[in-house]
Amino acid sequence: MHLSDFQTFLLLSILKIVVVLVITLTAVAYTVLLERKVLGRMQNRWGPSRVGPFGLLQPLADGIKLFLKEDLTPLAAEKPLFLAAPVIALTCALISIAVVPFGAVTKIAGVDMFAIADVNIGLLVILGITSIGVYGIALSGWSSNNKFALLGSLRATSQVISYELALGLSLVGVVLRSGSLRLRDIVAVQSTHGLLSWNLFGGFQFVAFFIYLMAAYAETNRAPFDLPEAESELVAGYHTEYSSMKFAMFFMAEYANMITVACVATLLFLGGPSSPFGSLLPTPSNSILAAVLPIFWFVLKVFAFLMLYIWVRATLPRFRYDQLMSFGWKFLLPVAMLNIIATSLVLALRG
Amino acid sequence: MQLALFIIFGLLAVAGAINFLLQRHPINSALSLVVVMMSLAVLYWSLGAEFLAAAQVIVYSGAIMVLFVFVVMLLNAGEEERTHGSRAAYFAGVPGATAIFCLLSFVFLTNSKAFGSTDLTSHLTHTVNNIAEISQVLFKDLLLPFEVTSILILVAILGAVVLARKEQ
Repeated sequence: MHLSDFQTFLLLSILKIVVVLVITLTAVAYTVLLERKVLGRMQNRWGPSRVGPFGLLQPLADGIKLFLKEDLTPLAAEKPLFLAAPVIALTCALISIAVVPFGAVTKIAGVDMFAIADVNIGLLVILGITSIGVYGIALSGWSSNNKFALLGSLRATSQVISYELALGLSLVGVVLRSGSLRLRDIVAVQSTHGLLSWNLFGGFQFVAFFIYLMAAYAETNRAPFDLPEAESELVAGYHTEYSSMKFAMFFMAEYANMITVACVATLLFLGGPSSPFGSLLPTPSNSILAAVLPIFWFVLKVFAFLMLYIWVRATLPRFRYDQLMSFGWKFLLPVAMLNIIATSLVLALRG
Repeated sequence: MQLALFIIFGLLAVAGAINFLLQRHPINSALSLVVVMMSLAVLYWSLGAEFLAAAQVIVYSGAIMVLFVFVVMLLNAGEEERTHGSRAAYFAGVPGATAIFCLLSFVFLTNSKAFGSTDLTSHLTHTVNNIAEISQVLFKDLLLPFEVTSILILVAILGAVVLARKEQ
């Protein structure tokens, strides 16, 4: 059977989407386990260890538990929005993976196999989807008709809007260096001399990296910026009224967002799928090895970011709300602007 | 492909706009407006203006409409009462809307040749860099108006802060 170009493109795209989705969701489940395990070890206890060897089947058990729980909907809730909110949150969290190139350019039948979509405004697409993701949290709190949920979602919304500015501005330096918004181009600029040409070191974007890291923690509502779900004051924040699979969707969205943020940080500051040793390592002659090795580097970098996330959560106490706001507006934003000015000055003088 | 996208998202935009008018709860209206903005973004993208599409999503649906929803949530605005509207609106509005509709369709129909001949191939095949073109216009050809607009917005922000500040 002979397929036309469009048919091969369609079939390969569907294949890519299914594989990436399955891997991402598995990664989400195991990030939860990783977090519980590492957090446990940091607090000098074992973490989950009963289900399967070393507790490796714990995500499966959690999934079954959440699936079988009773699905409650409060009587006074705004039904359609209450149902839509977790769907919006999870969809937005998963869609942004679509523009992430997670391997070197490897073409099979003219289709790039290691990126679902190579968009020429990839970075803006990711920012756009993140900014849409707020609706999930905002609507969940409002539609639950519960004061704790509303307070949580108000906090989350204002926090995400405030830190989005610092996040976007911190990326401008990287874009200036590569002169493109396509993620493949941004990676290509950093892959010439290994570690030394990464934006983090060779590009002198460590200030931007720091700002991005802080803003990303706030965007994903993670410790030390997890005020929207501060359990000591707001019960569980915006998902107080959610149970069963609807709660699981919020939970998955949070971890999927973590993975996306880690992917973006890897691509923009750590050279994405390129090797940190540059030309010191010989390029493998085996074509399968040459295709798999970049994916290995990419996954390793993302994994390092996830570990950093967990480490920070185990170490730092939660911010107070006014501290959070003044940190974002009075510190991160001006520093991000100074970084843009400095980067563009240096680039203008050298160019 | 482009025609299919235009029909789907054009219809979605119109449906969102009609739903925006018919909904009685402010939050539902705000969300329909988000649907309109997103469909417009898809239309821009299908016309080869990918930067405009991304800006539309980030600025309008991601920032402005989130603030709308935020304010509706914060004020806990309830459902609106449905009224019959004022008599003046009927007498002035209906003929006015008809006149504008007639005028617009007249202009579009008489100039349809000029609209139809816009060449988009270089945009759609990415031989022309959209962002580079926009920045050329914005930071070279129209630098002064651009900076004046920024200052205008800055003044507006300062005015809002002054108005919102409590009297000591």
